[in-house]
Order: sequence, then C-alpha cells, then structure tokens
Amino acid sequence: MHALIQGVIVGVLTGGVYALMASGQTLIFGIMKVINLAQGAMVILGAYLAYQLFTTFGLDPFLAIPITTVVMFGLGVGVEVAFLRPLRAEDRSELSLLVTFAVALLLEGVMAVTWNDTRRSINTGYANASWTVGGYQVTLVRLWAFLLSLAALGLLFLLLDRTRFGRAVRATVQNPDSARLLGVETSRVSALGFGLGAATAAAAGSVYGLLYPFNAGSHYDLISRLLSIVVLGGMGSVGGAMIAAVIVSTSSAVVASTVSPAWSEMTFFVILILVLLVRPQGIFGARARGAI
Amino acid sequence: MRAGPVRGLLFFGALVVTPLFGLQHWVLNLLVFVLMFAVMSSSWNLVGGMAGYPSLGHAAFFGIGAYALGLIFRGHTVHSGYEPFFWLPVIGLLGAVVGWPIAVVSMRTRADVFAIVTITFLFVVQTLAFNLHGLTGGAQGLAMPIAPFPAATFEEPFYYVLVVLLALALGLTYGALRSKVGLALSAVRADEDKARGIGVPTTGVKVLAFSVSVGLTAMVGGVWGYYESFIYPQFAVDPLITIAIVLMTFLGGRATLWGPVLGAFLLEAGQQVLAYQLGGNQFYLIAYAMIFLLVMLFLPRGIVPTIAQRRGKRSRSAGAGATPAPPASGLDLRAATGSRGTP
Repeated sequence: MHALIQGVIVGVLTGGVYALMASGQTLIFGIMKVINLAQGAMVILGAYLAYQLFTTFGLDPFLAIPITTVVMFGLGVGVEVAFLRPLRAEDRSELSLLVTFAVALLLEGVMAVTWNDTRRSINTGYANASWTVGGYQVTLVRLWAFLLSLAALGLLFLLLDRTRFGRAVRATVQNPDSARLLGVETSRVSALGFGLGAATAAAAGSVYGLLYPFNAGSHYDLISRLLSIVVLGGMGSVGGAMIAAVIVSTSSAVVASTVSPAWSEMTFFVILILVLLVRPQGIFGARARGAI
Repeated sequence: MRAGPVRGLLFFGALVVTPLFGLQHWVLNLLVFVLMFAVMSSSWNLVGGMAGYPSLGHAAFFGIGAYALGLIFRGHTVHSGYEPFFWLPVIGLLGAVVGWPIAVVSMRTRADVFAIVTITFLFVVQTLAFNLHGLTGGAQGLAMPIAPFPAATFEEPFYYVLVVLLALALGLTYGALRSKVGLALSAVRADEDKARGIGVPTTGVKVLAFSVSVGLTAMVGGVWGYYESFIYPQFAVDPLITIAIVLMTFLGGRATLWGPVLGAFLLEAGQQVLAYQLGGNQFYLIAYAMIFLLVMLFLPRGIVPTIAQRRGKRSRSAGAGATPAPPASGLDLRAATGSRGTP
C-alpha cells in the first residue's frame, strides 16, 4: 500500500512534465495532422541546452526556460519550413512520419557528437532535497517541476484562448479548409504551431534534465510514452493530453513501485492497445477529420 | 511482360555465381549484410510500400527472430551447421503469429495509428530484450549456436540462405503485383474507404501483408543472429534497422519490385564504407538522417519510378511490368471508384 501511494505521488508529479511535452506534440497533430516523432528528441535537446547554460553560466534550469524556448521555437519553425512544408499533399501524413523520425535521428546524432554519450545530469543545489510528508517522500525538484509545468500549460492555454494567433490555431485544428477560406494563413499557422510544439519541448526539457540523467539516446524512452499519451488523450486535444499524461505516468509509476521498473515500460503499450480496442478516439477525441 | 522474369533470372544467376570468384572475406561479409537488408526492405515494401501503411516496428521482429533462434538452440550444440537454417520457417511463422494481432488491432483505423503502435511495439521489445534476463541475457547478450563452417568459406552458407530468402521475398512481391492482392493493396493505399465501399477485403489484405512482411523480417533476424554468433539487445532491436529499411525502400522506389533491392545495394554498401571511414561514430547517424531527408525532399518517389517516368514508360498494365508507376494505378482506382460512388 505504501509503495502504491508513493507510486501515485511520483506519477502525478511526473505526469505534469509529460503533459507539457505531450501538449506540444498533440498541438502539432491538431494543426497539421503530423505525428511529430521528433518531440522526444527536442525535449532532450532542450535538456542539453539547459545543461549547457547551467554548466557554463551557472544559470538555473528554471530560469533558462525563457531562453531555451525561444531558441527551440526558431528551430521548430525551421524544421517545418525546411522539411515538412515541401511534402506533397497526397502522401503528406505518411511521409511526415518518416521525416520527423529522420529529424529525431538527426538531432540525436548532433547531440551525440556535441555532448558525447556520457549521461549528463543537471546538479543544482536543490536537486536532491526532499520533504517527507506523512511517511511519503516528495522530491522537491519534482514538485517544482510539476508546478512549473502547470504554469507553462496555463500560458499555453491563455495563448490559444485569448490571442488572435490562438484563434487561428483553433480554427485550423477544427477545419483547415474553412479556416483558409476565412483568411487564416494556415501555412503560417503550421510553422508557428510547430515552433510552439518545440517550445513546449524546450520547457519540458529543462525540467526533464533536472529530474533524470540523460544522453542523446534518451529520446527513445520518450517516443512511446508521448505517443501513448497523445493517443489516450485523443489526438489533437491539449486538455486530453494533460489528463492522459497523468493517467499514463501514474500507472507506470505504480507498476514500477509495486511490480518492477522493467515492466513499467510495458504499461505504455498495454494502455495504447486498450485505448485502441475500447475507445479508439481517446478520452476527448472527436470523431472529426483526423481523429481516430 | 517478359522483361520481369528475365531480369529476375539474370539477377539471381549473378548472385549465385558471385561467391565462386573467390572474393575476399570483407566483400562477402558486405554482401551478406546487403542481402539481409535487401530481403528486409523488400518485405517492408509489401506493407509499407504497397499498402501505404508505414511500419516503424520491423526492427522488433528482426530482434524477435534473432532471439528465437538463440533460444531454440540454447543449451545444445548444433549437429550440422545447416540445422539452424531449417528452423527458419518456424521463426518466420513465429514472427507472423506475433505480428498478426498487432496488425488486427492497429490497422483497424488509419496509417497514423498503425505507425504509432508499431514504433511503440519496437521500444517495448527493446526494453524486454534488455530486461528479461532469463530469456535474453539482458545487456550481457545471448550466445547463439556456433556455426561449424570452415573459416575459408564461412560466409557462403549464410549468403546462399539469404539469396533464397530474397528470392522468396521478391517472388511474393512479384506474385502480389500481378495478382488481385496487389491490386487490393494499392487500392488500400490510394483510398481505403472507397476500396472498402466497392468490396475490396481491405482488412484481410493489410493484415496478410503485414504478417508475411514481419515473418520474413524475423527470418532475416534469425540468420543475422546465427551469423553474429552472439547478440546484444542494442543491436538486435535497433531503431536504425527500421529507418534503414524504410530509407532503402523509399530511395529505390516503394511499391516497385526492384526498388527496395536497389536501395539496399546502394545504401548498405555505402553505409559499410561510410561506417569504415567515419569510424562508426555518431557522424554516421547524422549522415544517414540527412540522406533520408534529402531523399524525402528531392526524390520522394524513388529511383526506379523516376527512371521509368523519364523513359516515358508509363506502363498501362500496372502490376504486370517490373516497374508499375504507383500513382498511375492510384489514379485509375480513383477514377473507377468515383463513378460508382460510395455511401
């Protein structure tokens, strides 16, 4: 029972970080109908940037987020313009998968060359501090990570809900053709949306770097996690991704603490298959075009 | 019509006699790897190229095949070096049996979801390969049966087995292209809803194509494991294998008979040289990804269809020739289904 509750605590707190990563990925899918397999690699790149800023300038990873998000936003826009926009419409959804996979490998290669294979971790003074509440351990950094992820997601919601850009994004998600007819420049929205997805990856990357040691290959661990979250939440639904992130992360943390960490990786696949069997459109997925 | 079989006989004749010229070991070794990838990209083509369902999980089945062979022979020595090869059909069947339910669940909806499920499966199998110490030996690796072939001609048995597997893969592709199965697969790729509407058994052909495809891939995995004599999880279940066979298929030309083979010969040979020159470090990953992106941008249809188009050979008998132009058959189908309409 103790292990179970401890698992839930860790799972919910970590879920916030995954929600941030997955929100970018599901947003990209919503706008462009592109499954971004490079999201995990972008998170790791964000972690490396935060690591570099911390080791070189002593900048706290949380404070580095404004810098890394801007850099990664530019990178995301660049990837969309250079590699995704030129694809022909008829086989776009198929080719975009492969293109984003190639981008993931490219980023992995660049990171491996730049920072070599050694696992890095960002060792701030507070990295190992923890509180004990009623016999359960709450790592301080995990709590901060959770709160920061919530704040970032709140900003994302404000952006989507309150700005002209957000309105254009939502219009494109609902119906790209009508949005275009109404004067939304959907290709610009796509580029900015991809940039936004990369920016959330950067913010999540800072936090990820605080929580776990990582190297260039770590993005493989993230791919299946993020994909099962995105599918469970309903592809394209940011709110769904948030709830799904908590569900997925909690169940895997519970399996890790009660069964064994090795099998916790299996939970993603089991959840994914169950969702596809029981509710293929995910928790909040609409049966609109592009929803499954 | 006649060019296909003649070309095939010439190609396989050349493959059969090649080792007779007393090639050096590194050349034969290179050819063994080229053939492995030729078989795998040809198999991937059956589902990824012809049906338009891009599987990202083939590397998992490669690993399953390798571990299956290792587990079959765990604890007892082989009597004859050829014995493991006779188990390959069993391994192929195992791959198909594992792949079948995955295909049934993930192919019900769309290619996107299929890709998600297959790539997730790849990482699940990778994690299991690392963590099921009792079965796979974990990171310490698994000893395979020791092949008792004389050192002078060590590569040859593997080479010829792979030639047979390639003949099988190409024979299946050729048969599919010439039959209703191939037509059904290209109908799935062009417009699945309409195809289903006019009575094409879309689910059946998709699942069949995937099972056959991953079965062949598992057999290659078995050959690879036996050839390597000791396998490690990071090489047996390697996402790079997936990306390599996809890239080979796209480079050569998907949904064509010879495209994947051509892609494998060009890329795997190039890769071995590249790995040798760059010392196998991560620059090699960058080069690979860059080639992939360039192919996607500038040669999305692949070499074989592009050449066929240049020659002006837009064969109307799509499926009969060696290089049916894929978009032509897609357009035909759209025209055919459009007139009948679907509910």
